[in-house]
Amino acid sequence: MMSDSKKSVVFHLGFLALLFLLQFILPAYHHGNLARIMVLATYAMGYNILFGYTGLLSLGHAMFFAAGMYGMGLTMTHLGWTAGPGMLAGLLAGVLVSAGIGFLALRTSGVSFMIVTLMFAQAGFLTILYFGEWTRGDEGFVIRQADRVFAGIDLSDPTYRYLAALLLFGICLMLTIRLMQSRFGHVLIAIRENEERTQMLGYDVHFHKWMAVIASGTMAAVAGAAYALLFGYAGATFASVQYSIFPLLWVLLGGAGTALGPFIGTLFMFYLIDLSSSLTTAYMLIAGVALVLLTLFLPQGLVGEWRRKMMPWLT
Amino acid sequence: MELAPYLILGCIEGLVTAAVLALMAVGLSLVFGVMRVVNVAHGEFFMLGAVLAWFVADQLGGHPAIAFLAALIIAPLLVGTLAMLADMTILKRISYDPERTIVATIGLLYIIQQLTLMTYGSNARPVEPPFNQRIAIPWFEWTDGGLSLYWPWGLGTTSYKLAVIGFAIILLLGIWVLMTRTRIGLIMRATQLDRDVAQAYGINVDRVYAMVFGLGAGLAALAAVLIVPIQQAHYLMGHDPLLLSFIVVIIGGLGSLVGTVIAAVMIGLSDGLISVFFTPTLAKIIATLMVTFVLIFRPSGLMGSK
Amino acid sequence: MAQKDDAMADMTTPHITTKGLSRNFGGLIAVNAVDFEVPKGEIRAIIGPNGAGKSTFVGMLCGRIAPSSGEIMFAGQNITAMPAHRRIRQGMAYTFQITSIFARLTLKENVRLATSWRWNGDESAIEEATHAALEQVGLADRMDQIAGDLSYGHQRLLEIAMGISQHPELLILDEPTQGLADSEIASFVKLIRDLGGDMTILLIEHNMNVVMDTADKITVLNLGTELATGTPQDIRANKAVQTAYLGETHA
Repeated sequence: MMSDSKKSVVFHLGFLALLFLLQFILPAYHHGNLARIMVLATYAMGYNILFGYTGLLSLGHAMFFAAGMYGMGLTMTHLGWTAGPGMLAGLLAGVLVSAGIGFLALRTSGVSFMIVTLMFAQAGFLTILYFGEWTRGDEGFVIRQADRVFAGIDLSDPTYRYLAALLLFGICLMLTIRLMQSRFGHVLIAIRENEERTQMLGYDVHFHKWMAVIASGTMAAVAGAAYALLFGYAGATFASVQYSIFPLLWVLLGGAGTALGPFIGTLFMFYLIDLSSSLTTAYMLIAGVALVLLTLFLPQGLVGEWRRKMMPWLT
Repeated sequence: MELAPYLILGCIEGLVTAAVLALMAVGLSLVFGVMRVVNVAHGEFFMLGAVLAWFVADQLGGHPAIAFLAALIIAPLLVGTLAMLADMTILKRISYDPERTIVATIGLLYIIQQLTLMTYGSNARPVEPPFNQRIAIPWFEWTDGGLSLYWPWGLGTTSYKLAVIGFAIILLLGIWVLMTRTRIGLIMRATQLDRDVAQAYGINVDRVYAMVFGLGAGLAALAAVLIVPIQQAHYLMGHDPLLLSFIVVIIGGLGSLVGTVIAAVMIGLSDGLISVFFTPTLAKIIATLMVTFVLIFRPSGLMGSK
Repeated sequence: MAQKDDAMADMTTPHITTKGLSRNFGGLIAVNAVDFEVPKGEIRAIIGPNGAGKSTFVGMLCGRIAPSSGEIMFAGQNITAMPAHRRIRQGMAYTFQITSIFARLTLKENVRLATSWRWNGDESAIEEATHAALEQVGLADRMDQIAGDLSYGHQRLLEIAMGISQHPELLILDEPTQGLADSEIASFVKLIRDLGGDMTILLIEHNMNVVMDTADKITVLNLGTELATGTPQDIRANKAVQTAYLGETHA
């Protein structure tokens, strides 16, 4: 009989295989959507590490996503870097921003933490606008198709784009599982469950939280860099409050503290908005109603409820 | 060009901002102080106040002063009632859990905002102020006859703006009297200090919470009615004031009314002055970073007691 | 082996000491310049009327509360500035006055969290320590139950198991029998007596029977200062202690 953690790994690998196979049967429209969803779901997974597993609610994650996006976008556009170094720049930007912001923000907790992260992200957003000369502000800038090439592969081609998105999502998914099954991951969960107790069991809670912020922010940044690379655009909208709220919404809907919850939540919300925006311009209304209903009736989220009832061994 | 008259202009503009901001921030602070929850939809209550003011004025027509007065009374009442309903149906059900409340109020934010978009539309619409005389800003200059007044060209404010400042002061005093000198205020402060003890003394905490939430929203709506003749009503107008009132409440000290007012004056004045001399964006960046560092290094704010 | 040398030294060096340890909250002096000394292996009870500063004092020992002034020495090391989690790693274990466990995790997971860092990733050692600790408190058969589902008394025992599983040198128990039924208290006394030996145990207690049955020595605190320290018999006969307790108005 397989151990719980092995069962979970196998299950998730199977899910990735499913996503791989889907590309052959999906019509073009949904094929493109799924690529986008996988990148955004990676952002959500990053958020989930901090919110779902460690229990820290950040309202400013857009600044990490944007750090990656602009880290890649600006180096490619203004410094002429290619895709590979560009991605690295995005990742590095993520590490630096999350380490710095995390260090400051973790001096607060609870509601103050939420507000501080919100404020830092807002300052970041305003700064992007202020330096509009380089960032093109709200309008944003396009990353030329000719530059979106990695190791000779044209990433603007739908097939390669899908595979690249799947690779990103798959790596981050399995990394998350590995992390949460490790001792470090267990301590994060313990911190979420009872921080004081965890401290008094000999764990450096502050250090663990800081590491969680860095892991979370870096994964978000990598997603941001990938989004810029695969969809060829960087803009200030992705640094706005809205893009800090989205991952919270996706994770809550899908199930905080589950590995697949972020993906399911992103998928669900994407299509919910897709469908409702054909009905009205006020499609964020759906998001609003979803948030209220979720927090009232389904606090565990879709995958969370599923896990509770059917698969308690799921990570 | 004399600097001083521009400073005066900046100050007046800043005080108008401060007046409106103070009212809105006091509403937010009350809710946090008594209920210990953060209402992210506060900006939308503000926006609703402005939109409803336009609606009332539009329906009533007639003399602007009467339409405005009607809006001043009706809009806050409607918004306050709506807030009370939201509290009783949603917030109470999630037991005012801090995290879930933030999520629920974010949802409420989108619901209110988008419903307004669907009905009121995406245009900005004006409301006429009840009176609007232009008042030129005087300054001193040395002439042969000694010190005399002159009016620098192009620098002026309006009687309405000055009235807004005055009205806000009266209202804030009124709230202070309400909180410190009336029975209702006593009940609210008792519930703030210790919810369980208050309940043991027979105070219906749920009703107090609904009332406080409604009062907070009503204040935001009132602030909006005051600013709408200057600013116009637009469905996205809640966003910036929300962030600014957060800043004010935190710097002033969560739960402290006096601190909130002082911080509002500070932020409003600096916003007004920096906007006149630099850019509004820079003003916002500075204000945002200010509050962040206050929260980090002096979490209880200027005068708070968290 | 270093252990044996330490054991010889421990005959003379106290295990945990405080010098002039104080804590005030604004104008209120909760703990007032307390000098305190416990040799290794002793079971010391800390008693005193409500508000005597017992929890604050012990909170400073384990690092939850920062002292206003004074010094704390543990196993010859000055730990006054050491953060709480490092003190735990040095060999302290602490159970909370109000039970603090991981209610949504199983008993096994609770104890594993307490003990896992001690065994350097050795999975079988962790399993063994977990089992042993739960056996000692009699909860081994409920290992896979969710901790929040247990009765209050059992939750307190779980917390003690978590403390024991760390194989601490100093175990600090803050009002461990509060809320326990008589039979549970009897088991607890037996558990403490069985633990004895090398482990130094600090016990804040209100239940005088438990104190008399387990303590080697008793320290009495009143109004933040040390009133007396001595054997149970000494303390029982001490006039000042009697006044401090009887001097309180009882309902």
